[in-house]
Amino acid sequence: MTDDPLEVTRRGLLSGGAVAASAATMMQAVPAEAQADAAAQDRPQLQDITLEVNGEQRRLAVDTRTSLADLLRDRLGMRGTKVGCDMGQCGACTVHVDGTRKLSCLLPAVSVAGHRVTTIEGLAGADGLHPMQQAFIDNDAFQCGYCTPGQIMSAVACVAEGHARDDGEIREYMSGNLCRCAAYPNIVAAINQARRRMEKA
Amino acid sequence: MRPYDYTRATDPRAAVQAARVPASAHVTAPVQYLGGGTNLIDLMKLDVMRPTAVVDIKGVGGEAYRQVRQTPDGLRIGAMVTMAELADHPLIRRDYPVLSDGLWMAASGQLRNMARLGGNVLQRTRCPYFRDVTYAQCNKREPGSGCAAQDGHNRIHAVLGGSKQCIATYAGDWGHTLVALDATVEVLGSSGPRSLRFADLHRLPGDTPHIETTLAPGELITGFLVPGGPWPRSRYVKVRDRESYAFANASAAVAIRMRGDVAEDIRIALGGMTTKPWRATRAEALLRGRPITEAALRAAADTEFADARSYEYNAFKVPLGKATLVRGVLETMAMKG
Repeated sequence: MTDDPLEVTRRGLLSGGAVAASAATMMQAVPAEAQADAAAQDRPQLQDITLEVNGEQRRLAVDTRTSLADLLRDRLGMRGTKVGCDMGQCGACTVHVDGTRKLSCLLPAVSVAGHRVTTIEGLAGADGLHPMQQAFIDNDAFQCGYCTPGQIMSAVACVAEGHARDDGEIREYMSGNLCRCAAYPNIVAAINQARRRMEKA
Repeated sequence: MRPYDYTRATDPRAAVQAARVPASAHVTAPVQYLGGGTNLIDLMKLDVMRPTAVVDIKGVGGEAYRQVRQTPDGLRIGAMVTMAELADHPLIRRDYPVLSDGLWMAASGQLRNMARLGGNVLQRTRCPYFRDVTYAQCNKREPGSGCAAQDGHNRIHAVLGGSKQCIATYAGDWGHTLVALDATVEVLGSSGPRSLRFADLHRLPGDTPHIETTLAPGELITGFLVPGGPWPRSRYVKVRDRESYAFANASAAVAIRMRGDVAEDIRIALGGMTTKPWRATRAEALLRGRPITEAALRAAADTEFADARSYEYNAFKVPLGKATLVRGVLETMAMKG
């Protein structure tokens, strides 16, 4: 499918209308043939990219500066992925790229063109929640919940990597996901529960 | 962030041609390579690095750039191997544990999946005055502007290798393990490939802290060669404020070959408190070929730190650094090998 880069979501109308309008002006101001020397003139660089997000092909024009996190949230309306520090330090923006956990705030969206992205919205199957999502609920592994999508995406990959064999290893290999509410003991318990279910499956 | 051109390269020579732009230093060149981006994108967001063009090299060079293999000359590691791949590599864990330790003890699981080894060794200091452009004084960022750290909050700064112009700590871990093992770096430039000792890759700050490496602008790291292995008795000890996902206050990379209680060969490098990957040559000279005792280690550590210079908030790094050296060697001796 082709995504209209100027598509305005309901939430965008409420909160980001002015931003969307100014983005539209910028895009019209930069025809493709003028892009080669645009950086020297301090103007945005747009590129057409295609990437797969949660099994769907998405095609859109993005500024080279747009992070994958911002693309997911602001362009595709998938706000499950959170932006905490926007500097690669907190882990809230963790998604899977080609099955590997990465920080979407440090990935230019253009660099993910041609790759497969999975976000928290794409984790549950047709038969219900992913075992990790259920385990976070069962173990009360969050309080405010802001870091939770990143925690869950990181935890699923951590188990797949084979780095969740005991509590010490879970703590070491999940240290890139900070939780301001310090729900860490419950997160460790949830990962242990989910690992047992994932190994059986 | 400032606008920039983005292109992808698959041919390394084409990448080098694209990045071949006059500049005063590799790190300030207007064309920068994008590998994992874990220390380029953040610095671009902070406006510390301001490239006008970025060449994505994740797909560059084919298999040789992402392989780990034994060759007649030693262990060869491609520059596009990720930190996570090498840390978890069975051969590395068995025969070169220090090379694995220096990676899994660094950063986080996500960052290690992204960061490539070629870029890892070039990561830049975490000095807050370097990373925050609202501070006017930083000789590394703005040559000649001064060094705010000397009289500022300098708890994380270096006690070995600093100068009046800069005391920024080299923030990496893996680089210390490479310098301990006498690794060489393979580089591709516009006039072809060359190799250099890893020990010669980084420069002491001296009067030119903004020129961090001996690479020419546009030169591309293609791989690393570690001669003379294996080093099964090797280890990285990292002391930090938090047990995981934190930079070192002090660290030691150690590799030993023992004959009885004598250290036939011993390699020590120090991190967390040095301005570049730091081979502890003075300490090694006192220990090589001799029985290793705790007293001998303490004397060697005193000698290594004889020229240490500390500042208001980082004096703790001198005794901590010495203790880390001693602990690193004792823990390595306790390994099998």
